[in-house]
Amino acid sequence: MSNQGPKTLFDKIWSEHLVGQRKDGTNLLYIDRHLVHEVTSPQAFEGLKLSNRPVHRPEATIAVADHNVPTINRQNIEDPQSKIQVETLAKNTKEHGIQYFDLMDQRQGIVHIIGPEQGITQPGMTIVCGDSHTSTHGAFGALAFGIGTSEVEHVLATQTIVQNPAKNMRISVNGELPFGVNSKDLILYIIGKIGTAGGTGHVIEYAGSSIMGLSMEGRMTICNMSIEAGARAGLISPDQTTFNYIKGRPYAPGTEHWDQAVEYWSSLPSDNDANYDHEIVIDSSEIDPMVTWGTSPEDVVSVKGTVPNPSSAKTENKKKSIERSLEYMGLKPGTKITDIKLDKIFIGSCTNGRIEDLRKVASIVKDKKIASHVQAMIVPGSGLVKKQAEEEGIDIILKDAGFEWREAGCSMCLGMNPDQLKPGERCASTSNRNFEGRQGRGGRTHLMSPELAAASAITGNISDIRDFT
Amino acid sequence: MDKFHSLKGIAAPLPIVNIDTDMIIPKQFLKTIKRTGLGVSLFYEMRYDNDGNLNKDFVLNTSPFDQSKILVAGDNFGCGSSREHAPWSLKDFGIRSVISTSFADIFYNNCFQNGILPIVVSPENLDQLMTAAKNQIEFNIDLPEQIIKAGNHSINFEIEEFRKERLLQGLDDIGITLGYQDKINAYEEDKKNKKPWLFKKN
Repeated sequence: MSNQGPKTLFDKIWSEHLVGQRKDGTNLLYIDRHLVHEVTSPQAFEGLKLSNRPVHRPEATIAVADHNVPTINRQNIEDPQSKIQVETLAKNTKEHGIQYFDLMDQRQGIVHIIGPEQGITQPGMTIVCGDSHTSTHGAFGALAFGIGTSEVEHVLATQTIVQNPAKNMRISVNGELPFGVNSKDLILYIIGKIGTAGGTGHVIEYAGSSIMGLSMEGRMTICNMSIEAGARAGLISPDQTTFNYIKGRPYAPGTEHWDQAVEYWSSLPSDNDANYDHEIVIDSSEIDPMVTWGTSPEDVVSVKGTVPNPSSAKTENKKKSIERSLEYMGLKPGTKITDIKLDKIFIGSCTNGRIEDLRKVASIVKDKKIASHVQAMIVPGSGLVKKQAEEEGIDIILKDAGFEWREAGCSMCLGMNPDQLKPGERCASTSNRNFEGRQGRGGRTHLMSPELAAASAITGNISDIRDFT
Repeated sequence: MDKFHSLKGIAAPLPIVNIDTDMIIPKQFLKTIKRTGLGVSLFYEMRYDNDGNLNKDFVLNTSPFDQSKILVAGDNFGCGSSREHAPWSLKDFGIRSVISTSFADIFYNNCFQNGILPIVVSPENLDQLMTAAKNQIEFNIDLPEQIIKAGNHSINFEIEEFRKERLLQGLDDIGITLGYQDKINAYEEDKKNKKPWLFKKN
């Protein structure tokens, strides 16, 4: 990458964080913020201990337990292994002087919700976490990506990561979003279009008027699922919407540095004539509310569509893969998506567990009841999201409609805690992965927006928000 | 880290695309605080039935594939989460190399941290190797020469030089980076002046 010439947002953040080159030709990239949770960190702290290495810069790391935590009765974690993992994180962070939001702290929540919420996530930063959905923070114009546990240890010990530059991909979505279509539909549509390996080796920059018209919450939903498109990171140029969101948050730059920070942040958007290795342009009018029918996030279809027929597949491999998915999902080709009957509704996760998502659900289910055959659960992304919702009376609306109102955590997005699907159960989920067994062994997941999940909770079938009154 | 030089052994065919990390090692096994002991849980949901009994049809439960050191798998292997438990479980089972047409980035990286060699081959070569694996032909992987031999097939593969060196020598990555401590400190001093808000104490 040359220092001259027009640069992309990614290029700018990259060159600003280059510490130097190692003798083996790899680059050392400085990491501004490191987020740590209980599942992917114990072995990293153990590694430090075994080699007697200190944490290089403890104040650059923030820790929280989210994956394993119960969403009811959280004073006591019943699963002994989960309990040990959470206690190990508390012990490790204390030992190394790392800020830790414990389970009783209102600031506790899903790591990718609390970073932005606390103002930890800022434009131009490099942010890593031992979790693939770290891509969420790219919504602020921060280069943020998931890493493995060995890399967590590397960052703890050196505050750097060994990395070679990614390729630049730009996906522009232009135009006003049609009624009923929102950020989740946009990103599902994009994944359907480019496939789950479409972004491999790339950082995806999302641009265009549809993207820049989104709120920060909507932008986070988009960047969050970049990993489902195969990209380690997503990026959106910071703008006034971004600055307004950050201002005044606990970890945001204070008044003494605010103007200086904004000046720097304003220099970050990609130069007009910057080069991309790959460009995709989408007209938002072609997008419908989207739903997944299969076991990969690329298995998407319009809510108005039908379950695909394996015989329509272009390759033998694709045909086999569709057949396998349909068998697992218990679906027949040609079935109308809106004829699919549901057992469970899950609203939450780092994709759609923010206050805006909860508000949308509340506005749809207000004064209605969920279908008698479904169980619906809503898990706020953080203690503060929960508190805010309760202040707005959202919890009452949801409980009156028949939703269970839980404590914050990752919950049924991955079912590491007791919130799981039973074999054969079918769930409308606002989360990010519909893999086999993801939400519980034999569980069947349909990914969709909070709006669709809310409408589906009321009817008991997958439903099109545009038909819903 | 364990070194990787060459590998000879049986390869298990897994002709499924998009094998994700949830399939490789499901969530209930991520509660460990150790790196070891995950081999028995590798591909848990395909390998065991609902009652926890071995599923006799699954390739890794059949002889000689229960002794596999290599996996040959469909496109986009290792997509999904960043869990390093995926390569830990492969290694604990005895798998030291995975061959596919493509890998998800984080999984690919994680392999190298654990002495596992992921190899990218063309779709045509994958078909040939898949057939060879099904026919229980012994594979020979030579990292210095960057070549896979299986029966009549002799297939060259690409690997970045630094990754190759790290595997061959089993280098400690953190140890190498700590050799650049002065540069890291100098970088921080520079940024403290230029971007003071990043160093604000809370």
